[in-house]
Amino acid sequence: MPRSAIAASKWTPYWQAAPMALVFLVFFILPLIATLTVSFWNYTQYSIEPDFTPKNYLEVFDGCLSNLPTLCTTFRTYLSTLKFCLIVWALTLVIGFTISYFLVFHVKTLTMQIVLALICTIPFWTSNVIRMISWIPLLGRNGLVNQGLMGVGAIDTPLDGLLYSDFSVILAFVHLNTVFMIIPLLNSMFRIDKALIEAAYDGGASGWQTLWNVVIPLCKTGITIGSIFVVTIVMGDYITIGVMGGQQIASVGKIIQVQTNFLQFPLAAANSIVLLAAVLSMIVLLTRIVDIRKEL
Amino acid sequence: MDKRPASFYWLAAFFALFVLFLYGPTITILILSFQGPEGGLTFPMNGVSLHWFRQLFAGIGVVDIGKAFWNSFGLGLIVTVVTVVASIMAGLAFRRRFFGAGALFYVAIASLIVPSIVVSLGIALEFRIFDDSIKAYGDAYEVEWIWQNFTTLMGLYSSGLGAHLTWTFPFGLLIMFAVFNRFDPAYEEAARDLGATPWQTFAHVVLPIIAPSIFGVALFGFTLSWDEIARSSQAVGADTTLPITLRSLTTTVTTPAIYALGTLTTLISLLVIGSMLTALVVVRRRRAARGSDAGKGLV
Repeated sequence: MPRSAIAASKWTPYWQAAPMALVFLVFFILPLIATLTVSFWNYTQYSIEPDFTPKNYLEVFDGCLSNLPTLCTTFRTYLSTLKFCLIVWALTLVIGFTISYFLVFHVKTLTMQIVLALICTIPFWTSNVIRMISWIPLLGRNGLVNQGLMGVGAIDTPLDGLLYSDFSVILAFVHLNTVFMIIPLLNSMFRIDKALIEAAYDGGASGWQTLWNVVIPLCKTGITIGSIFVVTIVMGDYITIGVMGGQQIASVGKIIQVQTNFLQFPLAAANSIVLLAAVLSMIVLLTRIVDIRKEL
Repeated sequence: MDKRPASFYWLAAFFALFVLFLYGPTITILILSFQGPEGGLTFPMNGVSLHWFRQLFAGIGVVDIGKAFWNSFGLGLIVTVVTVVASIMAGLAFRRRFFGAGALFYVAIASLIVPSIVVSLGIALEFRIFDDSIKAYGDAYEVEWIWQNFTTLMGLYSSGLGAHLTWTFPFGLLIMFAVFNRFDPAYEEAARDLGATPWQTFAHVVLPIIAPSIFGVALFGFTLSWDEIARSSQAVGADTTLPITLRSLTTTVTTPAIYALGTLTTLISLLVIGSMLTALVVVRRRRAARGSDAGKGLV
């Protein structure tokens, strides 16, 4: 490297990285520190007061041990959210894998692959809330699905549980978040050397054997990254569960939002920290498998 | 051409169904937003009209949709510009070693996956503490100006802007990582050897090569901000944005006016997506047509 470049560059990366670093410091790191701090504070109806008390955490876990085997609100809410997490994760993984597999191994030209991948991605750039309410004309009591089912005589009275139920929440989660599985999986699959697949077939492996023993292990990174996205999104959600559950289904995010609206900031902060700990431990479990940075 | 295996047709059918699943519902509300004045939230269409769009511009209830619209639009533009500039700068920084590079990278990833409600609440708490401190300072030193004028630091273009940036920066940075990982430094060295200053090298060599990806970053910047709810929810103070308004309308409005609003926002998103992708393709085509070898380092 020329000497002038070295001389000019010693401090260059610092001022280049400074704007981004500064924004993350002020709007991400400090807020997390503020949350952790305030979670130990006291509050009255009008204000929050510096303190160091565990009472917010005690309130979050109120009755969680003493009332067992009856579950406390917090445990019940986490269990319900975990249930959504697991179902949505399985569905997005299977759908996302199938779509990516088709795009990478069956679509022949690069242009077509890019066009089809874009078709899968464009909805991600449009509004989530609109994509949620767009299920109303389909799933509502007088919606297309009920009209269709009654039309063919499958049911006599319209089904009520299509909208504002666990079903519609899961449907919307899959609708909104499969893209988070598809993109990392595409990234992983594009890196697979096609010769490996050929070699597996030449060695006498069946299609399923090749899929299970060659493709899936090589997609491990994509699967992990996609899973991290889907799991964290579902764990922290309150908008999808709110809108699609008709504001009737509990979620951790919703608890935090409601407490904030009632100005119970320290309590909301304690709940946030617990949520953060839950999400982080799930990520740690998932990242045991992979180093994200190698993938970029 | 090889004969397609049977699995191709099964998978193609699955893909087609998935695309229908992705787009079908949105298309239904695009159609239903042109519902006649007597029509309801579901099919059948009771005539075709612009009634619900007029209704929308006349105002639904007490909500000021126009203000929310322009708030979101202005914020979206600023977020786009800041995201593009900061991402390019950070992308350049990451090409060299610097102290804290690893930390910055992991913070960006963390910002992507920490639940938005947590970030939003955190920003709200932080600004509350700022406000209280400023007021306490005003009381302690009897600063007339603070007593008279100060209410809060929170707002659309302070805490709101910051909240959006924590969401768009990670995407911008990851795109820049992907770009610079495949960037051939020989072009810059050639420019430097020919006597270009660092700024000239950047403006005339690096920038044109990474131009298509910049449209990509801008696309993420605007669309993610335009539709953002969870992070802004607690962090925009007294102001409101279009998606937040839209979400609160889902519980109160029971007419196709909400579909009309949906159609309008979606059209803006599609307009931005369309123009950014077109710009991206045009820049690449033009480069290919001129026979320049610039950009060969890109995938």
